Amino acid sequence: MRTQKGFLFAAFPHTIPVLTGYVFMGMAFGVLLASKGFGSGWAFLMGVTIYAGSGQFVAVGLMASGFDPMAAFVVTLMVNIRHLFYGISMLGRFRPYGKAKWYMIFALTDETFALHLSANPPEGMKEEKFYLVISILDHIYWIVGCTLGGILGSALSISTTGIDFVMTALFVVIFLGQWKQKQNRTPALIGLGASLVCRVIFGPDWFILASMAAMVVIFSLFKKPISQELSLRLEAQPRQEDPPSTEVQP
Amino acid sequence: MTAAQTLIMVTIFAVTTFGTRILAFVLFPAGRPIPKFVEYLGKVLPFAITAMLIVYCLRNTVILVSPHGAPELLAVMLVVALYLLFKNSLIAIAAGTVAYMLMVQLLFV
Repeated sequence: MRTQKGFLFAAFPHTIPVLTGYVFMGMAFGVLLASKGFGSGWAFLMGVTIYAGSGQFVAVGLMASGFDPMAAFVVTLMVNIRHLFYGISMLGRFRPYGKAKWYMIFALTDETFALHLSANPPEGMKEEKFYLVISILDHIYWIVGCTLGGILGSALSISTTGIDFVMTALFVVIFLGQWKQKQNRTPALIGLGASLVCRVIFGPDWFILASMAAMVVIFSLFKKPISQELSLRLEAQPRQEDPPSTEVQP
Repeated sequence: MTAAQTLIMVTIFAVTTFGTRILAFVLFPAGRPIPKFVEYLGKVLPFAITAMLIVYCLRNTVILVSPHGAPELLAVMLVVALYLLFKNSLIAIAAGTVAYMLMVQLLFV
């Protein structure tokens, strides 16, 4: 019989990279949110209930531009639809969790997804509980980061103009991480091309919907060559089942 | 926004985000096969969406008048260079953001 502490000691070391990343990015989020006039209480609440890095950064922009529930829904959907594909990978693995399954699904961020794929419990330890502890720890790091950032941001007297760039930098870094794997490059370039063209044609407010549609159309039209390239590359350089991003982004 | 409106917005963010996470489990309950096309989209879309999010972040950049998007371009180049040099996301993000803030606050005012 393992104690609760046993699970904590086994899980914690795996989560250290996420600890650094989440506290840092969470703080950046909290400072950004405070710069738009929303205090640490909101940062805490959003960290607890939304728990999505890119999503929360995008949410700050939406909150700053006023009350618009429809935009909030559409943009959140666009930014987070990748979760659908993480879920597909976890369909089987989350089955034995019972009630905790709902929390596991809620807490399935990019990094937690990565840890579920890469971290293994010590011999004889109950797997479900080990991964549950990982999920809870990651969530706590994120909440602490968001709240600290909110407190810091409200207290800061320096100008925060330009801090929004932290989000751009985050996505650039994730993009570069994905670019390392050659089979990701064609999809990445299609995404880049489609969204640039759509931004020029449809303007800043509508291009997200337009580019999502354009991407799905392009991917269906070129399904054959693209999937061939995917499988060829995968055969040429066998790799473990990597998640799309293992870096700092909840 | 009033506090109530903010709360409604946050609720929409939270519920929609959870919706995207639970969608797979709703669409494909135990035993139901996953369509090949969905599996294929699952492999390619995440990378395309990352690229789209970069464009999203920079969507309001002014190109046609001064400073012609120079702070954005320079800061993105710095992030790329630092990431390739140090292989460390946090250094690249932190330095890039500070550089951008300095540029828009002091250089390109």
